[in-house]
Amino acid sequence: MKEVLILSGKGGTGKTSIVGSFAAIAKNKVMADCDVDAADLHLLLSPSIKETNEFRSGQVAVIDKDKCIECDLCQNICRFDAIHDYTVDPVSCEGCGFCSRICPVEAITMNECKAGDWFISDTKHGPLVHARLGIAQENSGKLVALVRQQAKDLAEKSGLDYIISDGPPGIGCPVISSLSGVSLALIVTEPTLSGIHDMERVLGVCKHFGVPAMVCINKYDLNDKNTIAIHDYCKENEIDVAAMIPFDNAVTEAMVKGVSVVEHSDGRVAREIKSLWQHIAQKLQG
Amino acid sequence: MIISVASGKGGTGKTLVATSLALSLKDLYNIQLLDCDVEEPNDHIFMKPDITRSEAVSIPVPKVDEKKCTHCGKCAEVCAYHAIAVMGEYVLTFPELCHGCGACSYLCPEKAITETPHEIGVIETGDARGVAFGHGKLSIGQAMAPPVIRKVKGLIDKDNVVIIDSSPGTSCPVVEAIKDSDFCLLVTEPTPFGLNDLMLAVETVRQLGIPYGIVLNRAGVGDGKTEEYCHKENIPILQTIPLDTNIASFYSRGVPLVEGMPEYKKSFVELYEKIGETVNERSAHPQR
Repeated sequence: MKEVLILSGKGGTGKTSIVGSFAAIAKNKVMADCDVDAADLHLLLSPSIKETNEFRSGQVAVIDKDKCIECDLCQNICRFDAIHDYTVDPVSCEGCGFCSRICPVEAITMNECKAGDWFISDTKHGPLVHARLGIAQENSGKLVALVRQQAKDLAEKSGLDYIISDGPPGIGCPVISSLSGVSLALIVTEPTLSGIHDMERVLGVCKHFGVPAMVCINKYDLNDKNTIAIHDYCKENEIDVAAMIPFDNAVTEAMVKGVSVVEHSDGRVAREIKSLWQHIAQKLQG
Repeated sequence: MIISVASGKGGTGKTLVATSLALSLKDLYNIQLLDCDVEEPNDHIFMKPDITRSEAVSIPVPKVDEKKCTHCGKCAEVCAYHAIAVMGEYVLTFPELCHGCGACSYLCPEKAITETPHEIGVIETGDARGVAFGHGKLSIGQAMAPPVIRKVKGLIDKDNVVIIDSSPGTSCPVVEAIKDSDFCLLVTEPTPFGLNDLMLAVETVRQLGIPYGIVLNRAGVGDGKTEEYCHKENIPILQTIPLDTNIASFYSRGVPLVEGMPEYKKSFVELYEKIGETVNERSAHPQR
């Protein structure tokens, strides 16, 4: 079983539109949405939820005012500046529990919080594991790890060939959690200076964790000079440019209809994404 | 006045709005632009700052003195992040998991743990076309953006008009970037993905109690549901930027919108005036 993760560094380059199309093309797979704090894949796959589970993770300190003797110790040792006037700001609290351990009168307890939900769903293209991180919650990395584990269990149980994961933007905690141990990362970039800058950083993360990566240039016809610069960079770093997808309003039209672009049209974008998936499948088998 | 720029969905135009707002106001006010998208900072591409100061960002991580350690396991027990483990005669530390809370070193009964700085990123500052510029960069392979964001926000000078650019999403890096701001601009595009993520961003700013308004970018693409939503929820759309290949072309080359198309300057000044009205009204009626 092989796991493909779609990343970009910069947000809004087209990860989810491409993953939605892979869902329609690839056979024998489970889909996973690892962008747990702004998940969009469900908007293309119209899932019917079969199983909902609470994601409980992390703790937040609570001070019992009746017990508190206002000694200031907790306020002085908190590295996250989360305690003021003997009250904990739950947004700033990182749940380390240091304050509750050193409070001389045991006035501080740590309460577990519900940090989101995760779901197993059926879609017309097969199973989907997805999640919703609670608003302003931490531990997105843990929830991503949970989504991936569920997708893996499902793939093993049903003898599936692929896990196809939609990744989060950025290079931090949830990206690292999505990336560890995947078979291949596909980096979707666009020919803008921001897109190139961010692609280089996320390729650096792939290299750091020893994950093979390939690049897809979306809306490649937006700026020829930058598209050539991406090719040059990839050539220099021995990275395969696996596809060049043109700009086409069909992508947004499909999104408005709530389907993937390969189901919506048979134009250039759809053809390029189909050949991209063939290329990835071959690479994974080889 | 601190104005933050957030979006939910990535690629909707946060960087475009933050940089053009800064450049449109720089002749009227002292402007500070702080890029708190430390995972993928892009404002510098447009602002081309003359970086004059650079400072490493570290978090304190445990260092165990093996001579003093009795392998009692207290440190591993108190660590909420599994960043320190005792395996028989060995103590293993995992700096990339450590949040730097200091519990292990303080609570070690043998006083065998000291703290040593672990570098996770850098902050850089300098002048950019008359704007005081600062940004943070998380190092490749590091997971934790919030300490770098806190360091960038340490640069805030409240006498300035401060513009804070944030990362996409709604989780801890975004909250860290936008909290304590006087106003949050949510930049969106009128597509189903844009709307879905906008609704999450709206929940976030509401929970934080920050006044907010919308910049609708690429107007004309997608459908009319975003405007319907804003109307129904009584959320002000403060600025509308049309879908325009010229705008996309300037963006792709790293040219700020108001430099490529100076006619937009006026609309950014008006955007700032509308923000000012909301903030003043709110401070006059704080219970609202």
